[in-house]
Amino acid sequence: MMRLLSVLISGIISWQALANDQVINADTAPTVDKHSAVLIELVQKLPVTKLKKLPVLVEQLASTATLKNTKKTRDVLQYLVDGELYYIKANKHVVRAVNGENKTYTLTDILADETFAPVNKSKIKKIKTNNRLRGEIRGYIAKIDLSSSDKNTRIDAINQILSNPSKPGLSAVRALLATEQNDDVRELMNVTLLTEQLKHGSHAEKIAAIKQIEDSLQPVVKNAMTQLLDNLPTNNKSTEEKILAANLTKAIKSIDGKRDLFGYLETIFFGLSLGSVLLLAAIGLTITFGVMGVINMAHGEMMMLGAYTTYVIQLAFPNLIEYSLLMAVPAAFLVSGFVGIIIERGVIRHLKGRPLETLLATFGISLMLQQLVRTVFSPLNRQVQAPEWMTGSLQINPVFALTYNRLYILLFSLLVFFALLMILKKTSLGLHVRAVSQDREMARALSIKSDWVDAATFGLGSGVAGVAGVVLSQLTNVGPNLGQAYIIDSFLVVVFGGVGSLWGTLVAAMSLGSINKFLEPITGSVLANIIVLVGLVLFIQKRPKGLFPQKGRASD
Amino acid sequence: MQLSTLFQKSITKLSHLHIVVGTLFIATLYVTVCNLFFTEGSLLHVSNYTVSLLGKYLCYALLALAIDLVWGYCGILSLGHGAFFTLGGYAMGMYLMRQIGDRGVYGNPDLPDFMVFLNLTELPWFWAGSSSVWWMVAMVFIGPGLLAYVFGMMAFRSRVSGVYLSIMTQAMTYALMLAFFRNEMGFGGNNGLTDFKEILGYSLQNPHTKLALFIATAFALAIGYFISNYIVNSKMGRVITATRDAENRVRFVGFKPEHYKVWIFVVSAILAGIAGALYVPQVGIINPGEFSPLNSIEMVIWVAIGGRCTLYGAIIGAIAVSYAKTRFTAIMPEAWLFGLGGLFVLVTLYLPKGIAGLLANLFDKLSIVKVDAAKGDIDKEKVADAEMKS
Repeated sequence: MMRLLSVLISGIISWQALANDQVINADTAPTVDKHSAVLIELVQKLPVTKLKKLPVLVEQLASTATLKNTKKTRDVLQYLVDGELYYIKANKHVVRAVNGENKTYTLTDILADETFAPVNKSKIKKIKTNNRLRGEIRGYIAKIDLSSSDKNTRIDAINQILSNPSKPGLSAVRALLATEQNDDVRELMNVTLLTEQLKHGSHAEKIAAIKQIEDSLQPVVKNAMTQLLDNLPTNNKSTEEKILAANLTKAIKSIDGKRDLFGYLETIFFGLSLGSVLLLAAIGLTITFGVMGVINMAHGEMMMLGAYTTYVIQLAFPNLIEYSLLMAVPAAFLVSGFVGIIIERGVIRHLKGRPLETLLATFGISLMLQQLVRTVFSPLNRQVQAPEWMTGSLQINPVFALTYNRLYILLFSLLVFFALLMILKKTSLGLHVRAVSQDREMARALSIKSDWVDAATFGLGSGVAGVAGVVLSQLTNVGPNLGQAYIIDSFLVVVFGGVGSLWGTLVAAMSLGSINKFLEPITGSVLANIIVLVGLVLFIQKRPKGLFPQKGRASD
Repeated sequence: MQLSTLFQKSITKLSHLHIVVGTLFIATLYVTVCNLFFTEGSLLHVSNYTVSLLGKYLCYALLALAIDLVWGYCGILSLGHGAFFTLGGYAMGMYLMRQIGDRGVYGNPDLPDFMVFLNLTELPWFWAGSSSVWWMVAMVFIGPGLLAYVFGMMAFRSRVSGVYLSIMTQAMTYALMLAFFRNEMGFGGNNGLTDFKEILGYSLQNPHTKLALFIATAFALAIGYFISNYIVNSKMGRVITATRDAENRVRFVGFKPEHYKVWIFVVSAILAGIAGALYVPQVGIINPGEFSPLNSIEMVIWVAIGGRCTLYGAIIGAIAVSYAKTRFTAIMPEAWLFGLGGLFVLVTLYLPKGIAGLLANLFDKLSIVKVDAAKGDIDKEKVADAEMKS
């Protein structure tokens, strides 16, 4: 009882405060105030109106939106649709109630951002709506959004109307079509109206609508067409129905053809995207394994270090998430490169000419690095945030969208690839690296410091692995086992492409990624993985030197 | 002094084979006697837990022996021997699954629990016959052997060698792991096969069955050692060793190295499969995790640490590293991976011949000292004789 009283009192006080506010506001913006008052009046009628009469009230409510307090009206309507609009039983005061802890409801005043103490469910009552009314309210909301100045809000609103057509929504689309400036929005509006015409128009209108929207890839359009076709009688069609059926079949076929095309494009994009990840993972290995001939099983852990570097940078600069990746790329390069140089100087140097021993030793290092990360950071996965510009997607048409993170990663991997290519082909370091890898003794005779070149090459390869880790942090969980998942794949990419060939690695990574993604819908992802692995093993049997073998006469 | 010469003589007469099999026999006898005839609390008692643990180690030792055979003597660094081991284990696991009969959770007399769970109504074709012991024994040989044969034929004929081969074997076990993780494969998915009840009609919970399994493992290890020893000392073993050192020369002389390689690879895979089959009833579970590339690499490190190209070294390495693992993971689990990783690095850098190399060095030094001492004795005796004569 006491609680109810306190709620009541606080409610009254807040109401008064709100009223006071309005009095103060009245001097500065009188119109807003006047319309708010209208809105409040209408809202307070909600609890006392019967369900039958609600549509009229809602229409009045929605009409206040045109009177410059759009946002508030929209919020109220949204709460009503979501079933969050309640009134306090005692005083019929309308509030927004959200289910909180312990079966209590948190109450918020709908017009001011004021929160009341949570109350039990028995103290409040929901304002009931029915399905039809909710549809209409959605229409009103869409109508409000349609007049928004933001293009995306308008597109979302039209999509909403397209999937749930309602009278107010459609009439709003019809009214605003003439004044719409943006082409995309106008086209979408057209599709909406034509779909409606297709559903409910006369025969001639239907045919006309089909002709106009047979290029549209909106899923709703195809659904409407299939529905219409299914509803036609199977036998004894009238001539009109026959023509309609023929037109519909043709249009559906054309839409399906287009969808398939874009489906292929999407698979290719996914394949290239997977390929770009493989490329990034493998390209560092191409340098250490392909050029230097060193098996570095700790390569995956270099990637892991890169990913953790990203995590640490985000921890260190929580306010600069947007720039964190840009900072992480050079930082990860340095960290992993540095660790790589230490490994080369400390271990690999002493195992020259013993590839199998190198394999074991570097594997040992990878175990230690994993455990190090487990001890320092925890065995659990760490969360790396994605900056704003990496999220979202580039919507090319309703059935084909490119996600920005995959797109950027694809571009970035190509950038890294060409940068490495340039380093190896155009710089003196690259020249020395190639010289040492081809004939160490001769290179030394020509005063190239082969030790120094080895360390630099290994550092470069490891650094690139670190950069790959930054990218991986955007795609998978950052945990101690991050590297292990990629090490076998990246070795296979290098071997498949031909050891020591950068171009081979590019082709191998992209084709393996695409094959994988094309197999996936047929076989499922695990089986696709297995098939690719087995296929690769068979391929290596046939061509042990890979796709692009290095030419030479060397024998074992 | 008479005794030391005698010792010297007897040592030189004894081959490694005698020492290893003898040691194994004595150890097994000791464990058996101490387990059976000394009650708990007695100083000499060997607990049932220890017996199981030792049985596990001996399986590992047999597996290490198999790896040493291909790596030490033929130069094939297989990073996929875990696959053969696990396949052998699955053959045994399938048999044990069928022995459960209607004692499973679902009580289905024909189908193992996981199949009932997956709504299968009848056994998949590849489970046919799995309730018979002979089928199981045959599969332990055929499964790993066939895989090794097919893989070896393809790899060695196209002359894939060295690091490429290692990576391919790793890919093989990785692919198998992915495949066995799938429920559709019909091998129990990621839970694997477990909840075994009995083997050959004897309960697996009974300590005597465990002891018998331990003895059987020791026996298998002895036979495995005998076979390996025979192979490496035969003429064929020489060709295989020659292939390791200079494959092209062997080919030019007129041998077909790939045939020898395939053959030794298959033998090694079967040994690994037997080890797996003996391993499963002792630990009570087999799951696709055993296929993981990490496991296979750990096996290689046993051999590297024990000392490759000495069969007994592999056994020492497997037992020593496994024992260290049991100890360390119990005391400080964090440190184990550091320790294992460190071992990889240190052994490859500073102990290229492993523990066996170290032992051989020590032994050599000892025997030189002894021979010197013996010589001294003989000299003295001669002098004494001469003095007597004069």
